Amino acid sequence: MNRAIRRALRHVTFAVGFAITALLLLTAALSLSYTPRDPLEMSMEARLQGPSEAHLLGTDQFGRDLLSRIMVGAVTAILVGVIAVGIGVGLGVFLGMLSGYFGGWLDEVFMRLMDAVQGFPAILSALLIASVFKPGLAITMIAIGVSFLPIFARLTRAAFLELRDREFVMAARALGAGDAAVIGRHILPNTLAPLIVQASISFPVAILAEAALSYLGLGTQPPNPSWGLMLREAQAFLGMSPWFAVFPGTAIALTVLGLNLLGDGLRDLLDPKMMS
Amino acid sequence: MLLTLLFVSLLVFVVVRVLPGDPALIMLGIEASPDAVARLRESLGLNRPVPVQYVEWIGRAAFGDLGRSIQYDVPVAGLIVSRLAVTLPLTLMAAALMVAAAIPLGIYAATRHRRWGDYAAMTLSQFGISVPGFWAGLLLILLFSVKLGWFRSGGFDGWGQGAGSALKSLLLPAVALGLFQFAVLARTTRSALLEVLREEYVKTARAKGVAERSVIFRHALKNAMIPILTVAGVQLGQLMAGSIILESVFYLPGLGRLALGAIGARDLPVVQGVVLFVASGIVTINAAVDVLYGVLDPRIRYE
Repeated sequence: MNRAIRRALRHVTFAVGFAITALLLLTAALSLSYTPRDPLEMSMEARLQGPSEAHLLGTDQFGRDLLSRIMVGAVTAILVGVIAVGIGVGLGVFLGMLSGYFGGWLDEVFMRLMDAVQGFPAILSALLIASVFKPGLAITMIAIGVSFLPIFARLTRAAFLELRDREFVMAARALGAGDAAVIGRHILPNTLAPLIVQASISFPVAILAEAALSYLGLGTQPPNPSWGLMLREAQAFLGMSPWFAVFPGTAIALTVLGLNLLGDGLRDLLDPKMMS
Repeated sequence: MLLTLLFVSLLVFVVVRVLPGDPALIMLGIEASPDAVARLRESLGLNRPVPVQYVEWIGRAAFGDLGRSIQYDVPVAGLIVSRLAVTLPLTLMAAALMVAAAIPLGIYAATRHRRWGDYAAMTLSQFGISVPGFWAGLLLILLFSVKLGWFRSGGFDGWGQGAGSALKSLLLPAVALGLFQFAVLARTTRSALLEVLREEYVKTARAKGVAERSVIFRHALKNAMIPILTVAGVQLGQLMAGSIILESVFYLPGLGRLALGAIGARDLPVVQGVVLFVASGIVTINAAVDVLYGVLDPRIRYE
């Protein structure tokens, strides 16, 4: 185990990604109990200020402290990432499992359904759902999660197709294992590596999508802080207060960069064959 | 393909017409008089059984009739066509910029594998996939219109003012839109080319003394183009969806702003029409890419 950890930390991409991600998690955890200012406290005298001692990253159009709001925004980003990927993995693995294991017409119908779902990137589902339900965090999570469905379903299906006729599976079946046991105990554990890698790739994509949806006004609603929503508010004051648009965007880009590097590193470490 | 499109329409229908209970109530709001709600239900055919409504809706949609906009009182299809004059050029421009920049960069990185040029190119692409497109758009506005004053910060005068000024107002949005997909395509190009460069026939060509330039462009790149084109094709659909976001950043009157405005106005037929149109477009592009893949690579055959 120690050797594996040492090997991981020597991997530069992984180490940098890990460091940035750890910083993100710490920031989010810290913001739950401490922020420099109250992220919702307004002050008319302190509107649209640049960085200063009182406000390290400046203030927004209501004089709220940007650093505090960015810190709390990290919680939103992580929450949406985790739940959206969770929806994609949960439903996707379930459908892919049935498709790959049973095959036949069920497989055909599920795969055409996945082709159809692929026509709905998060932004389209969000538009559609927001037209009939109130925009908010839940819509964001569902829309992003649904957009991940096809990739997880296909990965699981491919792994099941490859494994279902292998000797160890046939042996299990010959010994009297039922479908549920064969799937749950023998095949599913062998499909985990590609699913973990894909989940690590999807996580930053979810964070980007959340930011975009909040920017459009379809996600997190004011006064709650979300990085995308902050950029939406910053756009109106671009000429007066450029910092307002720079810092939340930097937070998104840095987070996504860290998670991407972590994912790349993870892929190299889990599967040396894929190294390029 | 047909089954897939049918599923697309079913998903749109279920979300807009079935999940919310009464679409008429959503369009008019809860304060609406029962009379008005009843009239709208009648005119939209909402008082008939749901399966009948679906069959009627999809039957009309198949012939290009997407219903009437509540807000503008014109056919939805006409609205979509008029807004496509912005969304389509924006998407194509972003795609052209993406291909023109990504493929040379990918080739450059692959031919300098594990040397500085490769690392620099991959670092650049790493930033490309980390920066949200709409933020890139804001930064471009900040630099080129607020600071330098070279471009307007947004808006679109239409094609009537001459193609030059129209293309100019689409340039910054196209750059911001294409950035993410550019980075993805550059990485794809690099890894596809690296894969092919490891093949035996490339070694043979080199052993025969073929010039390195010719090995790369005449022998390797041709085969590497198959995965590259596949990815680029799928990206076309992604760009179309992404344009919805960039239109908002630059105040461009395209499909995305049409749909967002319709959400505010509770104009369900418009949202339904735009989403159905874009989703069908993406699904069709993906299917075309699948077919193209088989044509380009004779080793792949579909039963």
